[in-house]
Amino acid sequence: MRTRHIAIALLAATSMALTACSAGSLGSSDDKGGDGKVTLTYLIDNGQETLKVAEQMVKDFTAKNPNITIKLDTRPQGTDGDNLIKTRLSTGDMSDVFMYNSGSLFQAMAPEKNLAPLGDTENIGQLDKNFTTAVTSNGKIYGVPLGSYMAGAILYNKDVYAKLGLQVPKTWADFMANNAKIKAGGVDPVIQTYGETWTSQLFILGDFANVTSADPDWADKYTKNQAKYATTPAAEAGFQHLQEVHDAGYTNKDFASAKLADGLRYLAQGKGAQYPILSALLSQLIADNPGSENKIGLFPIPGTDAAKNNLTVWSPNGVYIPATTTGAKLDAAKKFLAYIASPDGCTSQTTASTPTGPYAVKGCTLGDVPQAVKDMQGYIDSGNSSLALEFVSPVKGPALEQICVEVGSGIRKADAAAKLYDEDVKKQAQQLGLEGW
Amino acid sequence: MATTTVHRSARTRNSASAAGRVRAHSPYTSWFYLPAAVIYGVLFLVPTVIAFYFSLTRWSIFDSKFIGFDNYVTFFQEPGLISSLWHTLVYAVLTSGAKVVLGLGLAILLTSQIVGRGYLRSVVFFPVLVSTIGVGLTFTVLMNPERGLINQSLDLIGITGPGWLTDPSLALISVALVDIWKGVGLATLIYIAGIVSIPQEYFEAARVDGAGAWDNFRHIVLPLARPATVTVIILSLIGGLRSFDLIWAMTRGGPGFTSDVIASVIYKQYQAGFYGLSTAGNVVLFLVVTAIILPLSRFLNRKEVEL
Amino acid sequence: MPRKNYALSAIAILVSVVVFLVPFAFILLTAMKTQQEASLLNFSWPTQFRFVQNFIDVVQARDYMLIIAFINSTILTVASVTLMVVFGAMVAFTLQRKRSRWNGLINMFVLAGLIIPPAVVPTIWVLQKIGLFRTMPGLILVEIAFGLAFVILLFRAFIGTIPRELDEAAVIDGAGPARLFFRVILPLLKPVIVTSVVVQSVMVFNDFTNPLYFLPGDQNATVQLTLFNFSSQYSTQNNLLFMNILLITIPPLIMYLFFNRQIVAGMTAGAVKG
Repeated sequence: MRTRHIAIALLAATSMALTACSAGSLGSSDDKGGDGKVTLTYLIDNGQETLKVAEQMVKDFTAKNPNITIKLDTRPQGTDGDNLIKTRLSTGDMSDVFMYNSGSLFQAMAPEKNLAPLGDTENIGQLDKNFTTAVTSNGKIYGVPLGSYMAGAILYNKDVYAKLGLQVPKTWADFMANNAKIKAGGVDPVIQTYGETWTSQLFILGDFANVTSADPDWADKYTKNQAKYATTPAAEAGFQHLQEVHDAGYTNKDFASAKLADGLRYLAQGKGAQYPILSALLSQLIADNPGSENKIGLFPIPGTDAAKNNLTVWSPNGVYIPATTTGAKLDAAKKFLAYIASPDGCTSQTTASTPTGPYAVKGCTLGDVPQAVKDMQGYIDSGNSSLALEFVSPVKGPALEQICVEVGSGIRKADAAAKLYDEDVKKQAQQLGLEGW
Repeated sequence: MATTTVHRSARTRNSASAAGRVRAHSPYTSWFYLPAAVIYGVLFLVPTVIAFYFSLTRWSIFDSKFIGFDNYVTFFQEPGLISSLWHTLVYAVLTSGAKVVLGLGLAILLTSQIVGRGYLRSVVFFPVLVSTIGVGLTFTVLMNPERGLINQSLDLIGITGPGWLTDPSLALISVALVDIWKGVGLATLIYIAGIVSIPQEYFEAARVDGAGAWDNFRHIVLPLARPATVTVIILSLIGGLRSFDLIWAMTRGGPGFTSDVIASVIYKQYQAGFYGLSTAGNVVLFLVVTAIILPLSRFLNRKEVEL
Repeated sequence: MPRKNYALSAIAILVSVVVFLVPFAFILLTAMKTQQEASLLNFSWPTQFRFVQNFIDVVQARDYMLIIAFINSTILTVASVTLMVVFGAMVAFTLQRKRSRWNGLINMFVLAGLIIPPAVVPTIWVLQKIGLFRTMPGLILVEIAFGLAFVILLFRAFIGTIPRELDEAAVIDGAGPARLFFRVILPLLKPVIVTSVVVQSVMVFNDFTNPLYFLPGDQNATVQLTLFNFSSQYSTQNNLLFMNILLITIPPLIMYLFFNRQIVAGMTAGAVKG
């Protein structure tokens, strides 16, 4: 069945990949090429920007290491991708190198069992500590950062703000007051895009810095089943905000069917003023709407206290080596990871795609970045930021997206939604076998 | 008549001879089961049995812990379970009913003397050929409440179209409509095969008796196309009860949980990494479908033998 | 010959255009647009025709992955459907004809095959044990296993309409089980064979989850997986997406148009025989 692979090199690569990845090859190192040439497979998600970055990086890396060839392999994003990763790891069939989330999804891979620790890899010492904690299990580091830090925040159209003479809000009350003026000015105040359900969660997930500033130990209590969304006013606030925005009619009319790309376009064109979203989407916003680099600003989702106006931050994705990669391939894979964790690696990424936040590698510079990234950098540099819940607790209910859509569409009230979400979370914590549930 | 008699006597001769001889000459052999049985047994039954075991465990793919029936308890406590059960039934009955009625109607139309029969047959079957993802993507766009073709056309005649996929009370029905659109070609094909295999003599005899079109339909097509009806009902009902792809491609069970069916609840649990729980859900779904299909298929097949 | 009904024909054709052709026209039009225009989702005539450019973009994407995918999908579909139909017909025939106490159990397995959703991870374990994971033969066998039940159900209903006397006549002529089945019965099943081939080919060709899990890797991609190149969570290139939908719909379409005549021929044969 494999006769179609005419190129000999390709054939060799395939058979090597096969021997390396079959379940029985654990620990055996029979794939050392006589001439020292190694071919690696590198699994990434199929996002447009991810692919651009990976292609550029592989090109730059192999130019410096002509003995190593890297073939790209793609997977779906989102939860389909999560399953694929777990399935391939558990069946001993993972690519030689792969890219995946840091934080709780990294922990869900059972890293000690499935991944190769990177202790002796070059450049590991140069990584930002916020990132390394998100890829550390039992004191060992397993990943290097790909992409940059991102914020779950509100992107806003500066032209609309300037025209209506608005100030960046520091509290939720300010925010709602702004919304009233924006609506009076004939612009949709808040963009929502439930055509892609995950975008509905930002008012809750991006509000977590406010929860942390109200109670620094909340995440810990939450993991131990001692704190709940429905019973903590600061945590329930996210659901309340979502409901308030809907009840006041501040969203765009087509919120129920609009897609992410629509939302970004509304924002860039000034049809909508503010969009709660992940800052990583700036690169798509700029690619799809040329000339909007400096028209878009960013501020954290406001809470009750103007003095603690903090930004919720997500760690970059990680690049990992599975335990099934051994011998010459392991050495080559570590070389590749060391490259990713170097300033050269950052340069490679910047060449391929507009950076949307600071890198997690020391010594990397951003150069000329869009306005929103400068805004974000400001909050991080002044210490007004904290990590999102998924980096400080393994507990996350799978139905949050749907529940948020219900609240944001007026199907369910905020307090009932918070209760339902607590139930959803309980199921997940029990499945993880956490103590106290 | 003469040939029938010969056959009859042949059968009598056979059964009259020694039992051993009959077996030796039996034209049917169990060996015919072998290739299918091996493939099906190894790649379907064995994994299914393993999965049954895992439905009794807390299973993270990397390790599992035996927890008895806890997963089943959790599954039945799922807040949206009752509504998703109801949605499943509505969806299955709606789609399979429509496929039977429309499929039979179209098949009669497409076996009658009309202009453009070849074109119509092809065009009705086209949607079956497109992948579910493709159909889902296309109709999500067409059903867009503001910019979709359907509502823009309705606007032209002065009707404000509903949010087909965004209105909580309509989403499930809209997906069912697309399912019917995609699946009716297959039902029609099965019916055409059934109707064409009805010997022309029946229709000729009916014409001699002065029967009208309705009599033809009532007394010839309907009873003699019965195997086709049974096939269409069983297949589309099972398809409807298990349906997932299209719902997932179009609404992902939303908005909120308003178009969730059992299969999508299970899939979401699977996606969330609750492998044991979702396997338990699979077992429940299997039992629900069996409880509906098995008696129904017994009933329909018995009637078939009687005819 | 009854008179053709022109009024009914006109209505049927008009309805079919609105209900069935417009969605296809939409796919076609979107496939010809620029990325910006396609993202507006309008049913409009493209202002700029980018058909050729979009076609080239889709074909060239990811080192001509679509071409490789077409080859893979063709091998997969032809092999699995052929075996599925032959093995399925053998089971259906024996099941319909031979009365034994196993029949009930076998019928149950057939229904179970339709009803039970396949278990992904255990199936991978089994494939690994027999050394077929990540191989085309492995995926072919999986598709056969998952598709058999449907084929058996379809065949069984129609084998019931073939008179037993035919079998007995063949046996009197000295035919064994194999000759009886392959020489006498199988040719009579032509219409059903065509139906199952068309339906199962479409099913296998359009299958998305099984290749994703049982034959991973871009060099093994099948056509449905290429849809993932253009549709992703963060960004959507509608024009290329719909071009891809268009391209991967063409092979089933050609196959159907080819078999369409066979269906008619098979049916005519049936009518003559009756």
